[in-house]
Amino acid sequence: MKLSALHQSYLNRRRSPLDSSADASSKSFLAVFWLVLHCLCCLISLLLGFRFSRLVFFFLVSTPSSTNLYSPPFRPDLPPPRTDLSPPNATAVEAKTSSSSSRVVVGRHGILIRPWPHPDPVEVMKAHRIIERVQREQKAVFGSGGKSSRAVIAVTPTYARTFQALHLNGVMHSLMLAPYAVVWIVVEAGGASNETASIIAKSGVRTIHVGFDQRMPNTWEDRGKVEVLMRLRALRVVKEEKLDGVVMFADDSNMHSMEFFDEIQNVKWFGAVSVGILAHSGNAEEMVMSMDKRREMVDEEEERSSLPVQGPACNATDKLIGWHVFNTLPYAGKSAVYIDDVAAVLPQKLEWCGFVLNSRILWDEAESKPEWVKEFGLLNENEGVESPLSLLNDPSMVEPLGSCGRQVLLWWLRVEARADSKFPPGWVIDPPLEITVAAKRTPWPDVPPEPPTKKKDQMSLSQGNNVVVIPKQQQQQQQQRSSKVRKPKRRSKRNKHEAKPTDTTTQVSASTKHHQERN
Amino acid sequence: MNQSSLSIILLFLFFSASNAEHNARTERISGSAGDVLEDNPVGRLKVYVYELPSKYNKKLLQKDPRCLTHMFAAEIFMHRFLLSSPVRTRNPDEADWFYTPIYPTCDLTPTGLPLPFKSPRMMRSAIQLISSNWPYWNRTEGADHFFVVPHDFGACFHYQEEKAIERGILPLLQRATLVQTFGQRNHVCLDQGSITIPPFAPPQKMQAHLIPPDIPRSIFVYFRGLFYDLNNDPEGGYYARGARAAVWENFKNNPLFDISTDHPTTYYEDMQRSIFCLCPLGWAPWSPRLVEAVVFGCIPVIIADDIVLPFADAIPWEEIGVFVAEKDVPKLDTILTSIPTEVILRKQRLLANPSMKRAMLFPQPAQPGDSFHQILNGLARKLPHDRSIYLREGEKVLNWTAGPVGDLKPW
Repeated sequence: MKLSALHQSYLNRRRSPLDSSADASSKSFLAVFWLVLHCLCCLISLLLGFRFSRLVFFFLVSTPSSTNLYSPPFRPDLPPPRTDLSPPNATAVEAKTSSSSSRVVVGRHGILIRPWPHPDPVEVMKAHRIIERVQREQKAVFGSGGKSSRAVIAVTPTYARTFQALHLNGVMHSLMLAPYAVVWIVVEAGGASNETASIIAKSGVRTIHVGFDQRMPNTWEDRGKVEVLMRLRALRVVKEEKLDGVVMFADDSNMHSMEFFDEIQNVKWFGAVSVGILAHSGNAEEMVMSMDKRREMVDEEEERSSLPVQGPACNATDKLIGWHVFNTLPYAGKSAVYIDDVAAVLPQKLEWCGFVLNSRILWDEAESKPEWVKEFGLLNENEGVESPLSLLNDPSMVEPLGSCGRQVLLWWLRVEARADSKFPPGWVIDPPLEITVAAKRTPWPDVPPEPPTKKKDQMSLSQGNNVVVIPKQQQQQQQQRSSKVRKPKRRSKRNKHEAKPTDTTTQVSASTKHHQERN
Repeated sequence: MNQSSLSIILLFLFFSASNAEHNARTERISGSAGDVLEDNPVGRLKVYVYELPSKYNKKLLQKDPRCLTHMFAAEIFMHRFLLSSPVRTRNPDEADWFYTPIYPTCDLTPTGLPLPFKSPRMMRSAIQLISSNWPYWNRTEGADHFFVVPHDFGACFHYQEEKAIERGILPLLQRATLVQTFGQRNHVCLDQGSITIPPFAPPQKMQAHLIPPDIPRSIFVYFRGLFYDLNNDPEGGYYARGARAAVWENFKNNPLFDISTDHPTTYYEDMQRSIFCLCPLGWAPWSPRLVEAVVFGCIPVIIADDIVLPFADAIPWEEIGVFVAEKDVPKLDTILTSIPTEVILRKQRLLANPSMKRAMLFPQPAQPGDSFHQILNGLARKLPHDRSIYLREGEKVLNWTAGPVGDLKPW
């Protein structure tokens, strides 16, 4: 608490260390001497332009101290003196306080600055780790109302194909990010393979890899049926191992939001969420056309655009009254049949991914299991289980989640590469491709792309290497040609236009059919 | 024999297990005087409040109502609390402690800073009044009286440290118990038996800025305030003994330190988003930042050599805050990052204890466990009075003419 102008009139603070010692008579001589010295210093400072008295005191009084003190160049405009520890002006007052044997000295102290006043990266890392730990503790204590969270049991049917790594990594990262205990049951069509195992081993969550004897068929419809059987197989695993938690169906090409995992913790027995349906058409132009058509339709038929959301429908009092299903009419006759068709892939009436259930529904003993749930062990798969509602006796007891279906918490998408698309096993190019690209020029020559051909041209490199062989692409692609150089010396002599391939070229392009089908 | 011991063990385990989950959030606080934060002073002591003419209290407040909101408002609120408290007794013969309702700090400049120049004379005149009208002062020469002197350097009645040291504690108050905010070991202005209290911080204002506790704490170190007091100490090195300036010069480039001289409107919210809050000394070693840090759950980093913190016998400050010597300020980042995370989490748990937060506040009306009650607890712990404080007939210990000549003038 200091006053500014007021105490100037009350006392001369600056003079006080000097005036305080006015008792003894010998001190008066000292005071006069001090005054004279002070005037002298003032005059000299006026001439020099800065307070040199501090510098003098610094050199006279300073003792070599153990702490490293940095004395920056003297800046006369800025006040702070980087002086040593022992304050010279305080010696007069020190006598007064020494009687109380205090270590703390009143008066002017130096400002201690270390030689390199900048952050140390090791310490910054340590600080961040501390922050992270504190936040984790906060979340554990205060987050989610403090009630214990249940494990998330994710059921994923999959099979080895080009896009498996793409899809499975997406689901894997979502599960790794979810702040709950996760048990990931991966059911693979065609038996458990090493490829899938190697992908899911990177997850760090508990995984159960189950092989399923059937191979994945080529049509979407049959694929859906096989997936249902695979999911039921996984649910049987849940029942046998008595896994406890919330079962959700994470199809490998779906996208989940983090709020989805938070929301499904609220399910009591059987819940449903709204799923956004991304039913893309094969052709970008066709999709634009269909959107225009839909806009026209709106004027004519007064129908709001077909909301691509599947999920529970509620009335005004948030009670479940029905289901929003995907309107397949606009796509009638134009939907994809085979997995690599260029057309819209349509979902079922009610997709499995939109449902979550308490794993105790599947357990054998009927401990507090509600009566409107069928006994899972007695389910007959051959009767055609279409949606998880078949697990229930009374479908009206389903709990709508996500503020009664108003929040879309996950998105359904089916995207696959062409059936004959090839990819390096494990997405590891080993041994490395023997393709060198001249550094001095771009690998893309100024050659116009070849006219589109109907036939699939395949050219392979017979060098005994495992080289990626990919069919020649069609129109809109970029062609990356890289010339294989046998003799490196010749590289520099070539100019751009000679980059025509001679006999052995490899077209390396990581394009697939999907590249064309822009969503 | 075996059965009963087994059942006892099982019972014990059950209770400890059921308590374990509660303990995950907070921890009990017990200081050197034991687990005394939640004691109830009612019934343990009796306080008699002298009836002083209103020129000592009410008139001052009427002249300047700003006294109610500045950081020394504790003296006024203590008076009001005692008037309506169950520990108050109207019979002075059965009282253990005597309280003099005087507001020595209520003499404010236009900008709101208290002037202590008339306080010694005011205090002296009040004591003359009570010693002549009641026999209780002369009985002990004030040893069973207590005074609330929340100003900068307590009963030394000056804002400037050298002057305050020179004056020393008012001679007439040397036997009385002083309740003050200032606390520094081996300092002239801290008497041995004093009770240190936190500075007044407005509780409603702080409650109004609370944010949900699950918002993650992402600021490592937080501080808002002056580093150089350019008005009074333009060269630096005097203000805060150079410690605040050292903090600025060493850490202004450090992204972990969110320090500046702004006055943001989100000051309280930002404190709740920080892990450490610096509480360095200013012109005096104490600061309201300590109260704010405790209320908002931010671990206080106290940079003030030899400071005595409020209710030091009831609250184990060593376990709650981090103490950094002024000479170690250049190494502050090393010190803070080398604290083990379990220690940090424990400190946060201790801070989360609601009785800790209550003990730092002066709510209106008073609530159990707040600072008023802690003051009374402290007074109760000093009971019973030693027989030796009662003086014999005619014996005089205090020197009524000691002190600067200016103090002897009547008020």
